[in-house]
Amino acid sequence: MTKKSSFLQKLIVAPYMVWAAAFIIVPMFFVAYYAFTDRNGNFSLSGFIATKNYIPLFIQSIWYGLLATVICLLLAYPIAFIISRAKPTTQKVLLMLVMIPMWMNLLIRTYAWMTILQDTGIINHILKLLGFGPVHMINTPGAVILGLVYNFFPYMVLPIYTVLLKLDGTLIEAAQDLGSGTTRVFTKVILPLSLPGIVSGITMVFVPSVSSFYIANKLGGISLIGDRIEELIRTNINLGAALSLVLMVLILVSISVMNKFTDEDGGILV
Amino acid sequence: MQNKLVSLQNIRVKFDDDEILKGINLDIYDKEFVTLLGPSGCGKTTTLRIIGGFVTPDSGKVIYGGAEINDVPPHKRPFNTVFQKYALFPHLNVYENIAFGLRIKKLPEKQIKAKVTEMLELVSLKGFAKRNVNSLSGGQQQRVAIARALAIDPKVLLLDEPLGALDLKLRKDMQIELKKIQQQAGITFLYVTHDQEEALSMSDKVVVMDNGIIQQIGTPQDIYNEPKNAFVADFIGESNILDAVMKEDYIASLSGYDFKCLDGGYAKNELVDAVIRPEDVDVVPAEKGMLAGVVTSVVFKGVYFEIIIDINGFKWMIQTTDYQPIGAMIGISIEPDAIHIMKKSVYSGVYGDYSSFSDEVDNPEVETSNEVNTNL
Ligand SMILES: Nc1ncnc2c1ncn2[C@@H]1O[C@H](COP(=O)(O)OP(=O)(O)OP(=O)(O)O)[C@@H](O)[C@H]1O
Ligand SMILES: [Mg+2]
Repeated sequence: MTKKSSFLQKLIVAPYMVWAAAFIIVPMFFVAYYAFTDRNGNFSLSGFIATKNYIPLFIQSIWYGLLATVICLLLAYPIAFIISRAKPTTQKVLLMLVMIPMWMNLLIRTYAWMTILQDTGIINHILKLLGFGPVHMINTPGAVILGLVYNFFPYMVLPIYTVLLKLDGTLIEAAQDLGSGTTRVFTKVILPLSLPGIVSGITMVFVPSVSSFYIANKLGGISLIGDRIEELIRTNINLGAALSLVLMVLILVSISVMNKFTDEDGGILV
Repeated sequence: MQNKLVSLQNIRVKFDDDEILKGINLDIYDKEFVTLLGPSGCGKTTTLRIIGGFVTPDSGKVIYGGAEINDVPPHKRPFNTVFQKYALFPHLNVYENIAFGLRIKKLPEKQIKAKVTEMLELVSLKGFAKRNVNSLSGGQQQRVAIARALAIDPKVLLLDEPLGALDLKLRKDMQIELKKIQQQAGITFLYVTHDQEEALSMSDKVVVMDNGIIQQIGTPQDIYNEPKNAFVADFIGESNILDAVMKEDYIASLSGYDFKCLDGGYAKNELVDAVIRPEDVDVVPAEKGMLAGVVTSVVFKGVYFEIIIDINGFKWMIQTTDYQPIGAMIGISIEPDAIHIMKKSVYSGVYGDYSSFSDEVDNPEVETSNEVNTNL
């Protein structure tokens, strides 16, 4: 069925090709170029060799990303489920509530959290009024996770919601009809059928979480790999580019591992 | 037909202030093939869902084995459903679909395998075990749905227009196959359809419904030969339904002629409806006819001609093997046993005249249901 695409078809996709070249391929080329060169523009693997000093940071970043992804999933699934079962008008309102934070810039959202979590922030203020001592929240790992979860939460809700919305209600009735109570209707029908949504949700949260910058810096007072790359681009672009490439490969590998797990019969989840 | 298996007692259901079922009473006996027949929207699916446990009646009782089961959830009822759109699990293959209910019961793997194999054979799908259900044809999917429901030995199998999506040829084959399965497995079937031919050819008992009310329950012969009212007479097969007057027992006057008939027990001069099936009318020369009229339409149907004659303004449909040209004056003769007398009902005068006949020829299968909806 392979037909040679006509001139017209080529013409139609041309703008996209230009766009892809300008904003995807060219930048990728530059990343690769810097990663494989040194300060003087000579071929060099020194950037990749230096990567080994950053192994703990990679592990820490992936750990934070995983944790944020799991928490997002556990929170988002029930919420997506509830939204998908609500009346159409209620659905719109609830979806809006989930999405509103996305309308605001990430930096502003993170700044807002900073002021909320501070030792003299609003939460501690209220706690004090209630007679509890100040709780130290800012610059803790918990604050970083909170920031990641908060920022990427909608990306977990939306794909799961979409899948659940399309789930055929008669399949649920069929499962009940064949003897399944609520729990088994969920584990044997709803969960397996919502797996595609879960997979894309995990991808859409895990990828930006692992490579996130700014959030950990402002809320945790620490630098994750994203923050470090951001700093390095200014001081040592070759090392920064090498780290970026390695991060990209790591993310691709973990995503394809996950897809392997879920492709087989749509079966077990991670 | 010994013991009562399931009973519906005075079931009423409302959806958004609309009363959908208006007091349904129905007894289903062991190993019976019962068909719910009626036009679209009359409440057939709702009745089925009440028995399956997916709809709770506003009032009335669902009885199984002598006990009320209104509050028993679907998964605890010994009934299984073949859903109208099959509702096969897309993430499971044919084998796992059929094994679904068996796994819920936590049967040992060996027993599951034996049962699934048996089921696959029963529905002639040997060798399809590993197939993806989405790659099957409509008829095959439908048979998987039946096998899945039968695998866990239901006391009653509920089938909601299971053949609705199939083409005519496949539908006929499946009708025979389903009937065979029902007899072999010895299971009670409650079967929903709006195809009257299907209902007549498969059932032990037909339940004709309209507008949330059961119009008649009986054997296919009862329903066809002794319809209770104009709705049933019209819905099941073709029929001429005329206003008549019972002059006395066994004498019905219609269109100005006193016909002999076999019905009695009506008041003197009571107004009634008379049903005469098109195939029971004999064509005779005009002067010898009990009634006479002019042919207004002739359609060749293969085995017979379907002709419409106008007698005193009422259009009769007659099926005859002799060709009659349009405009011819012909007489008709009717044997006493071909006339069936019915009490007047809300349906009187609504059905049974063929003056809008051309519409009906175009679309004989949906004609009846359309007519019901527009006329009620
Ligand atoms: N969940 C519901 N909410 C509101 N109205 C409903 C609901 N289910 C059914 N109805 C209405 O009840 C009536 C009967 O529906 P039902 O599905 O029982 O009809 P049916 O006889 O099975 O028709 P068909 O032959 O078209 O399948 C219809 O008017 C339908 O719109
Ligand atoms: Mg229906």
